[in-house]
Amino acid sequence: MRDNFVRQLSELARTDPRIFLMTADLGFKVLDGFAEEFPNQYLNVGIAEQNMIGLATGMAMQGRIVFCYSIGNFSTLRCLEQIRNDACYHEANVKVVAVGGGFSYGPLGISHHATEDLAIMRALPNMTIAVPGDQWEAREATKALAATPGTCYLRLDKSPAPATARAKEVFYIGKARTIREGSDITLIATGGILGPTLEAADSLVEQGIACRVISMHTIKPFDSEAVLKACRETGGIVTVEEHTIHGGLGSLVAETCMDAGVKPSVFRRIGLRAGFSSIVGAQEYLRREYGMDPKAIAKAVAELVSAGSPHAPRPRLRVSSGGTA
Amino acid sequence: MEQNTAPRIQPIADAPPSAELALRIRKHAVRMTNLGGSSHVGSVLSMADIVAVLYGGILRVDPSNPDRPDRDRFILSKGHAGAGIYAALAETGFFSTDLLEKHCADGSVLSGHVSHRGVPGVELSTGSLGHGLSVGAGMAYASKLDKLDNRAFVLLSDGECDEGSTWEAAMFAAHHKLDNLIAIVDYNKIQSLAPVAETLQLEPFADKWKAFGWSVAEIDGHDHNLLYTHLSSVPRAKGKPSCVIAHTTKGKGVSFMERSVLWHYRTPRGSEYDEALNELNSDS
Repeated sequence: MRDNFVRQLSELARTDPRIFLMTADLGFKVLDGFAEEFPNQYLNVGIAEQNMIGLATGMAMQGRIVFCYSIGNFSTLRCLEQIRNDACYHEANVKVVAVGGGFSYGPLGISHHATEDLAIMRALPNMTIAVPGDQWEAREATKALAATPGTCYLRLDKSPAPATARAKEVFYIGKARTIREGSDITLIATGGILGPTLEAADSLVEQGIACRVISMHTIKPFDSEAVLKACRETGGIVTVEEHTIHGGLGSLVAETCMDAGVKPSVFRRIGLRAGFSSIVGAQEYLRREYGMDPKAIAKAVAELVSAGSPHAPRPRLRVSSGGTA
Repeated sequence: MEQNTAPRIQPIADAPPSAELALRIRKHAVRMTNLGGSSHVGSVLSMADIVAVLYGGILRVDPSNPDRPDRDRFILSKGHAGAGIYAALAETGFFSTDLLEKHCADGSVLSGHVSHRGVPGVELSTGSLGHGLSVGAGMAYASKLDKLDNRAFVLLSDGECDEGSTWEAAMFAAHHKLDNLIAIVDYNKIQSLAPVAETLQLEPFADKWKAFGWSVAEIDGHDHNLLYTHLSSVPRAKGKPSCVIAHTTKGKGVSFMERSVLWHYRTPRGSEYDEALNELNSDS
């Protein structure tokens, strides 16, 4: 995804001199092409993320659109107060970019596991948050955030889903994408975990369960309508995020339903439940370890569906059935 | 990105003389902290002369058009002294002095720590220390790229130099030869709970800035002639950011507030309030 981000940003930088890319000394080989092509639109500020966001705010106040690139927690948590006070409060055109969402850098340890960033960024006012699930979304989100005034967060992932875009599809910030239709239950995923989610949905067809799958590529502003519609039409909701279950996508979906008084018949948040992910391993390994690989997702969904409607041979859920799960 | 507009922007033509402006800032500070029941009067009094010289004759800003792209940028990084910058802006025509009565009041935009929302002339909202120099460096860097000749002035507190982010910005500014960036440190020797020297020693302070690649002057931060001379001759060295370490007295101008840790937080009330204003009035 990061390559597609850089490719898209290069395209933008060619025609828009306001586009500027900063890195806090990360992006080995990834940013070289950009740096070479746009020497006046690129800067490695050194390993100083707080300074990076402050600088970006100052430059944004003088007319630039500044993308600040680093790994997961470094471009978000390390400089959280600069993002809040400097960028967000001043509605500065600062685009925080984190590569390595979730367990992308699994073997490197908890310092590199970005598993609370969405919850924390979500709490900030004046913040737009995009979490693309596949390569197409990564490019489209980059383009869209560049055109969105104010402070934004772009969370990229090393393990994107297979291509999901339809011919001539248009991407909108804040508008969820229904990747596959289904009437038994809805799986809502954000980020690259969309891939395993789609695989799970595929495997569930054999069990007679038709899943709707939604790519929630924008966390803020949130497409509440897509969630409520899914609730009404498919009954059950399962959220899937490579992130703590506290405060991320799952929480957001639950809040949305409660606020609207629309109750899913069954509901499950799939995400990191453990404290710190102190066990290391490849992204796929950690997804298995923490119950968010295709098999675990499918198992959880199948259990929910049967719990939601235990006597039906081919379970179909409806909100009006009372949701006794 | 921004184009220089003609005619060239100048310091505020009808600003009060800096000595008069400094006195008014001090009186406002005492009144505002009294009315608002707020803190940090000592921090405003220590920087009043610096701010008065800046707005009285150095900063190229336009009160009738606060967002003019070619203006100098001024950042109060020691945001807790917000009352002082609000007073300076009101006294130089950015908004009515009547608004100052609302400092820290319910429903007011004039927060204790400086905020830009609804306050013309405030470039950056601060209050958490260690933010301002980075933003100022970003502005200065953008101006260099755009070949603009405006400057970014950042006023820091001494205690704020405990923050590592201040030094991240200091290193950056020198590396990128931002000679359009000027840091002024209000070195009043007292931080929140105790004297600086007892909390976290900054000395050798000038040497630190020099080692980071800045051109440094140490001056009496209450001497308007010296302040004017040094702040009007920047950059001090071509290709280097300038640092003016202004030695000041916390609480300057009110005898019982001077050099007192207490008056970092204490609100002037009752007889203390009257006495403070009397002392300042006898200066005029």
